[in-house]
Amino acid sequence: MVVISDIFVQGAQMLLVLLLAPLLTGFVRKVKARLALRRGASVFQPYRDLLRLLRKEVVLADNASWLFRVTPYVTFAAIWVAAALVPTFATGLMFNWTADLIAIVALLGSARFFLALAGMDVGTSFGGIGSSREVMIAALAEPAMLLFVFCIALVAGSTQLSTVANFMASSNVGLRVSLGMAMIALIMVALAENARIPVDNPATHLELTMVHEAMVLEYSGRHLAMIEFGAFLKLLLYISLIACVFLPWKIAVFGTGPLSYAIGAGAYVVKLAVAGFLLALFETGTAKMRVFRVPQFLGAALMLGLLGTLLLFVSRSF
Amino acid sequence: MIPAVSAVVLQLSCVAGLLGIAVLAVALSRSKSATAVIYGTTLAICLAALAGSMHWLLGGVANATDLTTLPIGLPWLGAHFRLDALASFFLVVVNLGGAVASLYGLGYGHHDPAPHRVLPFFPAFLACMNLVVLADDAFSYLLCWEFMSLASWALVMAHHREAGNAKAGYVYLVMASFGTLALLLAFGMLAGPAGDYGFAAIRAAQHTPYVATFVLILMLLGAGSKAGLVPLHVWLPLAHPAAPSHVSALMSGVMTKVAVYGFIRVIFDLLGQPTWPASVVVLFLGGITAVMGILYAMMEKDLKRLLAYSTIENIGVIFASLGLAMAFQASGLKLAAALAFTAALFHVLNHSFFKSLLFFGAGAVLTSTGERDMEQLGGLIHRMPLTSFVVLVGCVAISALPPFNGFVSEWLMFQAVLQSPELPQWALKIMVPAVGAMLALAAALAAACFVKAYGVTFLGRPRSAAAETAREVDRYSLSAMFILAALCLLAGILPGLVIDALSPITMDILGGRMPIQANEGWLSIAPIAESRSSYNGLLVMVFITICASLAVFFIHRFASRALRRGPAWGCGFSDPAPATQYSAESFAQPIRRVFGTLAFHARDHVEMPPPGDVRPARLRIELHDLIWEGMYEPIANAVALSSERLNRLQFLTIRRYLSLVFATLVTLLLVLAIWS
Repeated sequence: MVVISDIFVQGAQMLLVLLLAPLLTGFVRKVKARLALRRGASVFQPYRDLLRLLRKEVVLADNASWLFRVTPYVTFAAIWVAAALVPTFATGLMFNWTADLIAIVALLGSARFFLALAGMDVGTSFGGIGSSREVMIAALAEPAMLLFVFCIALVAGSTQLSTVANFMASSNVGLRVSLGMAMIALIMVALAENARIPVDNPATHLELTMVHEAMVLEYSGRHLAMIEFGAFLKLLLYISLIACVFLPWKIAVFGTGPLSYAIGAGAYVVKLAVAGFLLALFETGTAKMRVFRVPQFLGAALMLGLLGTLLLFVSRSF
Repeated sequence: MIPAVSAVVLQLSCVAGLLGIAVLAVALSRSKSATAVIYGTTLAICLAALAGSMHWLLGGVANATDLTTLPIGLPWLGAHFRLDALASFFLVVVNLGGAVASLYGLGYGHHDPAPHRVLPFFPAFLACMNLVVLADDAFSYLLCWEFMSLASWALVMAHHREAGNAKAGYVYLVMASFGTLALLLAFGMLAGPAGDYGFAAIRAAQHTPYVATFVLILMLLGAGSKAGLVPLHVWLPLAHPAAPSHVSALMSGVMTKVAVYGFIRVIFDLLGQPTWPASVVVLFLGGITAVMGILYAMMEKDLKRLLAYSTIENIGVIFASLGLAMAFQASGLKLAAALAFTAALFHVLNHSFFKSLLFFGAGAVLTSTGERDMEQLGGLIHRMPLTSFVVLVGCVAISALPPFNGFVSEWLMFQAVLQSPELPQWALKIMVPAVGAMLALAAALAAACFVKAYGVTFLGRPRSAAAETAREVDRYSLSAMFILAALCLLAGILPGLVIDALSPITMDILGGRMPIQANEGWLSIAPIAESRSSYNGLLVMVFITICASLAVFFIHRFASRALRRGPAWGCGFSDPAPATQYSAESFAQPIRRVFGTLAFHARDHVEMPPPGDVRPARLRIELHDLIWEGMYEPIANAVALSSERLNRLQFLTIRRYLSLVFATLVTLLLVLAIWS
């Protein structure tokens, strides 16, 4: 009986992230449009886009291989699994123990690996340019991410997200400079990983400035839908991650009953909305940077992570 | 009931068998069936040795050893051999690598233009590696080590007429001699004035810190040069690719591990308790090696050289983990030390799997296209579907991505890194996260590097006629690759079994162990405790499979299944010429620009003809191997210069020679007089 309810809650979480992800992206787009004094498309537009893409036929390049056709599903599945493992409205879900933060990041790495390969598959220069830049950004983001993990593990004594969230939700954390630095580092990494401004522009139509979009240029129909959906999920995942580590407000502890789950879910939606609004605000206020500025941007994230760690050491020993 | 034969005698008889095959190979060398006979028997003996060592390792008795002495070698010493948990683990690595390489050789060997240059040395090489691991006194160890170097040198020189191979063999020989010299001095210092070369006596003796420091430096020079630590790695990317591909796999996947074994045996076992300043050195070298190795690989466009450079990266990862283990051990943190040490050993095993697999794949590409240069390949996924599938598995595994095995050892290593706040030394507290970041960078760059290697070689459109007409390789080669790919997946989804099998070693060497993983539910692994961190490769794989199948099912059931083939879109600017694709060098450009300006003084020169001139514009990339240019070239130049000066002494008249002899005699007598 307990197992069944466990599976039910875990399944609810997997469905919840799936349902909310397009809405979040639609909301961010809407806010950005309003900030630019445009009316903008409805917040439900991403759902419509996905459905439209799913109904269309796939136009496949002549020399596309099986890898090209498998990649959309593999990346989508890897990102979905990763998103299901990050606590959203409740901690301690059944499969939270499957992977810790490092493994979740690595799962996203698997998704990126296949996507970058797919970019090379057809043999167009746009795919190549996208893949090569994407892996460069990933190579820079990874060390910064590790130092963030290090900093968090130092505070919470764990890399298991449920444990971290429970620890952060307890009152004995207090306000720490290191945590602030770690949060900024994580946000910077998240911007880079999700191909947001200032690292990449998700809305651009100038191919040479694109990174992620250039890589998936050859995709169409249901394959493109899977990749877009994966991107929506990834944005949701990173926001959930930031929320669960730094803002575990009202997050339900496992096994506390349906009411606290409902409160947790409500709080989660509020958090997503706030984060989405801030993201849109930030993206409207900044310009995209040149590709070869990205190393400095992510280098700053790395330094913040390192500095946060060192400050923790110092504060511990005195 | 089988009569109780001592395990070490069993292993030694396998070695004797391998040596016998080597002799047989000399006799058979010109016959047609030689390839099948030699590789077949080598495969059988390797499997026997593998079974024996697996049985010993999984028997799982801590502190169990098995000794034997043969009446050969130095007359007053004899040759001592010993089997313990550590040795049995490395025997597993050696013989598993040997077995799959022999299987691969059954098919690949038929394409060899000069089999008589490979066949005798191949079993001999395996025999020597076995003996190095089994040796229990310094003399046998060094002798076998040197024979191992010579056998592999002969294999490197198998295709001695190909451009560059002679230089590769020469550099290898010089570096191998240098390494052996360092080892000789290290064992000399360990044996001390009493001069007892048995490992048991060395282990029992107390070593002064002075000796320990020198031995560490000498081991880093000796074992490090064989393993490929930066800056002693220069021979590796020359020599490994020059050998036939199954031998490259052995050299990269296995011989470097024998060097790691030597390092572990001396530093952790013979020398006793490590000190923390020593761990700083090992950690630092490991981190630098990992990052530099993979950056070199990223710049490379020769497939086998890229793999050789990536071996350097993995050796860096292993040494960094060993450095961590030393640091924890020095401070008495047994659990953390066992964790870091297990990560290192796990990575040894993993690297032997996927690097052999990738070298086999490169060999398959080489057989069917005759090309190692990635810029001439492309589109092989259509023509070699099975090879490209297994190589993809190898690429994912080596890029440390779940659910494959490379990720598990990296994950364990990062867990060990996260234990570093427990260390009391400030230098280490600050250094370990920095090294951790370097290793994360190396892991991400490895993924980038293998996207490049796989994408340029197997994906896209063929860049040459050879790539266009490639054919799938033979069944023996394929089965060897499939076995390794399966092992990569198995070690990735059932890591708990491997960790438990490694625990007798950590008990032996460090006196501590990781928690028993078999007790964790659902085949999870948890290095310290589940609330701290846990990972379950099996569940991750099952989840991904289920999610992907669900997505496929729903889409194909409820949405469109229509599919149409057409020309590539490419924003409407698709040029059908294969030269317009991204190449290995263009793929590396962003990373070259970010890291290469510092690491290689990389510079792009655009040569644009003046207006009206119809010559094409050219892009020239300037790269400098700073280690070669800054360290090895000055030494080589100094040697050349001094030998040129000394050369004059060979052309003197007899009168001058006599006066030289007289002058020397007088000088020596004078020195003697003044001395006393």
